Amino acid sequence: MAVKVLIPTPLRNLTKNEAEVMAEGATISELIDYLGKNYAGLKDRLCDDSGKIRRFVNIYLNEEDIRFLQGEATAVKAGDQISIVPAIAGGSF
Amino acid sequence: MSYVKSLKCRECGQEYEKTAKYVCEFCFGPLEAAYDYDRIKKDITREKIASRPLNIWRYRELLPVEGTDYNTLQEGYTPLIKAERLGAELGMKNLYIKNDCANPTHSFKDRVVAVASTRALELGFDTLACASTGNLANAVAAYGARGGLKRYVFIPSNLEKGKVVGALVYDPNLIGVNGNYDDVNRLCSEIAGKYKWAFVNINMRPYYAEGSKTLGFETAEQLGWQAPDQVVVPIASGSLLTKIWKGTQEFIKVGLIADKKMRVFGAQAEGCSPVTTAFKAKTDTFRPVKPNTIAKSLAIGNPADGYYALKTIAESNGGAEMASDPEIVEGIKLLARTEGIFAETAGGVTIACLKKLAESGALDKDAVTVAYITGTGLKTQEAVADHLRSVSVIQPNLEAFEKTLLAPAGR
Repeated sequence: MAVKVLIPTPLRNLTKNEAEVMAEGATISELIDYLGKNYAGLKDRLCDDSGKIRRFVNIYLNEEDIRFLQGEATAVKAGDQISIVPAIAGGSF
Repeated sequence: MSYVKSLKCRECGQEYEKTAKYVCEFCFGPLEAAYDYDRIKKDITREKIASRPLNIWRYRELLPVEGTDYNTLQEGYTPLIKAERLGAELGMKNLYIKNDCANPTHSFKDRVVAVASTRALELGFDTLACASTGNLANAVAAYGARGGLKRYVFIPSNLEKGKVVGALVYDPNLIGVNGNYDDVNRLCSEIAGKYKWAFVNINMRPYYAEGSKTLGFETAEQLGWQAPDQVVVPIASGSLLTKIWKGTQEFIKVGLIADKKMRVFGAQAEGCSPVTTAFKAKTDTFRPVKPNTIAKSLAIGNPADGYYALKTIAESNGGAEMASDPEIVEGIKLLARTEGIFAETAGGVTIACLKKLAESGALDKDAVTVAYITGTGLKTQEAVADHLRSVSVIQPNLEAFEKTLLAPAGR
C-alpha cells in the first residue's frame, strides 16, 4: 500500500522539491528501496555502502524513532506517516 | 599558520573548507577539524611546548586557528593535584584531580570558547552566541566581551542564580527559554540557520570542540609526558569525554608521549543518564530522555556526541556510572572536605561516580587515575547550601566562644 513520506529540506532537490511523496512497501526497508528506484540518488543519502540507514538520518513512523521499533524491518501499514529527519547536533527529539 | 587541512565528516569522510560549517551535506554527520599530523609531528617537540606560556595556546599546533592573535584571558594549564586524602578514603593510591575551576570564568568552557571566539574573529563574525546549561553562557558572555563581539546567549530559564548572574554581568543579550536545554539547542539550530552569528556549539562546533583536547594534553604533560591509566569524565553532550580521548591519541600520534592504553569512564546523573544507561544495557543506541536532576549543567537529554562517547568508552575498555541527587551532594562535600576543592554539581557527579566505580572494582585502585572537575561550586550553591553545617553565631566575647566550642556542631 502507499504511505506518505515527509522529505526534509536538504533532500528535496532529489524529489523535485516535493516535501511529501507517496511510497510503497510493507516495511521501512521496502519503502527505502521504492524511494531509491523512483528518486535517483535518494537511497545513497539515506543508506551507506552496506545498505544500513546512516547514523545521522532519523526515520520516524508516526512520531516514533524506528530505532526503538524494529528498525528497518518495522512494518508499515496504510495510513502510516513516515518522516525522514536529519539528526542535527542535539535537541532533535 | 594552521595545521588544519579541512573540516571532515566523522561518518562518511567528506571534506569541506574551514568555514563555520558543522553538518555534512551528504550524510548529515558532524564535521571535525582534520589535521596534517605528519607536518605537526615534524614541527612539535616537548621542549617547544614547555617553553611557552602556561595556557592552552602552548598546544597551538593541535588547535584549529589560523594565526596567533588569540582572543584569550589566559585560560587553561589548570592545576593537576594529587588527591592523597580523597584517594585514601576511596582506597586509591594514585588519584589526581584536574581542577578546571581555576579558569577565567571558573569552568572548562573557557578553553572551548577561547578557541571558538578566536576562530569566529578570524572568520569575520561580529556576534558570538550559544545554547548553554550555564557555564558556556558565562564563557561566551565574557570572551565575547573580551573580543569586542555582540553576544546572544540562550539558556533554560531555570538555571542557578550564580550562572545567570555569571553571564549577565558581562552585559550580553541573555535569553531564558521556557524549556530544557534540548529545547534551547533546537531553537538555536533554527536561529543559527537564519542569522549570521557564530554559535560556538552549533555552526562553530568543529572549532569549539577542539578546545577540550587541551585537558588531555595538559594531563599528559603534567604527569611527566605520559597518559594516565584511567580517566573519569562527566558527560553532558559527550564532547568533553571524546576530546580528552582524542587529544591523548593525538599526543601519541605526533610522538610526544608513548602509546598507552587509557581507559575512559563516563559519569552522569541518574536523572539524565542516556549514555550510562546505554552502556549498562550494552547497546550502541541511546534513548533520549527528559532530564530531571540537580546537575543542571549535565542535563542534556539528547547528547550530540552521545554515540561517540559510547564508542570511546567501548574502544578504551572503560565504563560508565550514574549518581543520584543525594549522592551528587555527597560527592561535592567529599571532595571539599578531603581536598579543599569546591566543585559544582557536575563535579559532585564525577566524584560520586568515581567512588562507585572504585567500589565496584571497575577502576583499578592502584592505577594512575584522573578525575576531571569542570566548574566551581560557587555557581551552584543552591545544591549544597541546605546540606552543610550552620554558622555558629556568637556574641563578641571569649566566654561566648568557649561555650560554642563545648556545644555539639550545629547542623
